[in-house]
Amino acid sequence: MQKTPLNQLHRDLGARMVEFGGWDMPVQYAGVIEEHLAVRQAAGLFDVSHMGEVEVVGENALAFLQYLTTNNAARLVDGQVQYSALCYPDGGVVDDVTLYRSSEQHFMFCVNAANTDKDFAWMQQVLADSQIEGVTLRNVSDDYAQIALQGPKADEILAQLTDVPLEEISYYHFVEGEVAGVPMMISRTGYTGSGGFELYLPPATAPEIWQRLSEVGTPLGLVPVGLGARDTLRLEKGYALYGHELSAEISPLEAGLGWIVKLDKGDFVGREALQAQKSNGIPRRWVGVRMIDRGIPREGYPVYAGDQQVGLITSGTMSPSLKVGVGLALVETASAVLHAEVEIGVRNRRLKAELVRTPFVE
Amino acid sequence: MEFPEELKYTEDHEWVLVEEELVTVGISDFAQDALGDVVFVELPEVGTEVVAGKAFGVVESVKAVSDVYAPLSGVVEDVNEELPDTPEMVNTSPYDDGWMIKIRPTDNSDADNLMDTEAYQAHIAEEK
Repeated sequence: MQKTPLNQLHRDLGARMVEFGGWDMPVQYAGVIEEHLAVRQAAGLFDVSHMGEVEVVGENALAFLQYLTTNNAARLVDGQVQYSALCYPDGGVVDDVTLYRSSEQHFMFCVNAANTDKDFAWMQQVLADSQIEGVTLRNVSDDYAQIALQGPKADEILAQLTDVPLEEISYYHFVEGEVAGVPMMISRTGYTGSGGFELYLPPATAPEIWQRLSEVGTPLGLVPVGLGARDTLRLEKGYALYGHELSAEISPLEAGLGWIVKLDKGDFVGREALQAQKSNGIPRRWVGVRMIDRGIPREGYPVYAGDQQVGLITSGTMSPSLKVGVGLALVETASAVLHAEVEIGVRNRRLKAELVRTPFVE
Repeated sequence: MEFPEELKYTEDHEWVLVEEELVTVGISDFAQDALGDVVFVELPEVGTEVVAGKAFGVVESVKAVSDVYAPLSGVVEDVNEELPDTPEMVNTSPYDDGWMIKIRPTDNSDADNLMDTEAYQAHIAEEK
């Protein structure tokens, strides 16, 4: 199992560790609900060093990225980040990614930890098949630790350790700057929906930066946050998680990610299949499920409209903010009607729920 | 972690308070800690027959669903009606406010097979 540079620190903090995507990661410290609410109300510190990074460099980097990804990479300016996807020719998803543009000839992907090797191999294959010259791909995952500082107090905390004018970094933008004397990438991105930053830094400096952020953040309510709350935070906001809402068998159109699929930007891998899906009608839709009866929808639970099974829960939990069971479901398009009442098969019972728009929490 | 001496314990981490007529059942401090924040509890209705070693209820943490097993066979005589509204009591007070059901056992002597505190602590040490 792989370990991040912060592994010992998590153990010293008394974290409960689990295997996630081949990594030994903290799932919780004080408790999922407490950590979740701290991020919503103050701030949380996450070790996300398991995430993978791949550099795309060279004079034809942009042309290659336009062919490789579903979103329009040409719309990125220097210092901007874009949410995007890599698709197979049949429209299934290889991974969902963020793409960072440093310059016209220098980009970086941040990819899901468990998918890093698969993604890198896929990128190399697409590059070879495309016959685009002058592009170099490098898996630089080992060059970066990643710490996410999330929550409404994130700016106030980070500002104590840097001279970088944080207010000038817009949402989904990044800068190179120093934090506590360490040069790093400071990105206003995240997976919690509560604002904040993701810091890409040299692995050897990660423990010191974590400690410094803890020191200045603790008086403002900052707590360390594990993967448990990372999942409930993203679920409340309706963010997709690869392997649940997205997979090789689920297209980005079905997953409600039509906004990152730019069919008119020119050719890209998966375009034909996605265009056909759009023209013929998307068979399944991704919807939010909010329980009416008391209970918690869990991955794999069936969704019923009347006697008919019309879908499956792909992720679910008890929302710590709402104290109600919420989930995401992939449902046949005809039944994916907002505010429709459905039933969820929970163990041997059927519990009432409502189909709702996400996010569950503003 | 506390494991009161007056209780008996099962391998599945339920605790049992054996009294003259009824036995009270909940989950141990070890079990609640392993589960994490309990957010949902499903209990049987009064009058339900339960069978030793079979699930009688469910506890859910934020992340996971776990069955709770009957330590003895018998009939459910009482359930903790407050738990569905305040499932966190399983975490904060596992042996007291967090009790789950009271069973009228078919055969009270079945309780003799349950573990005492010392045996249960040894069992936990083995599981770790």
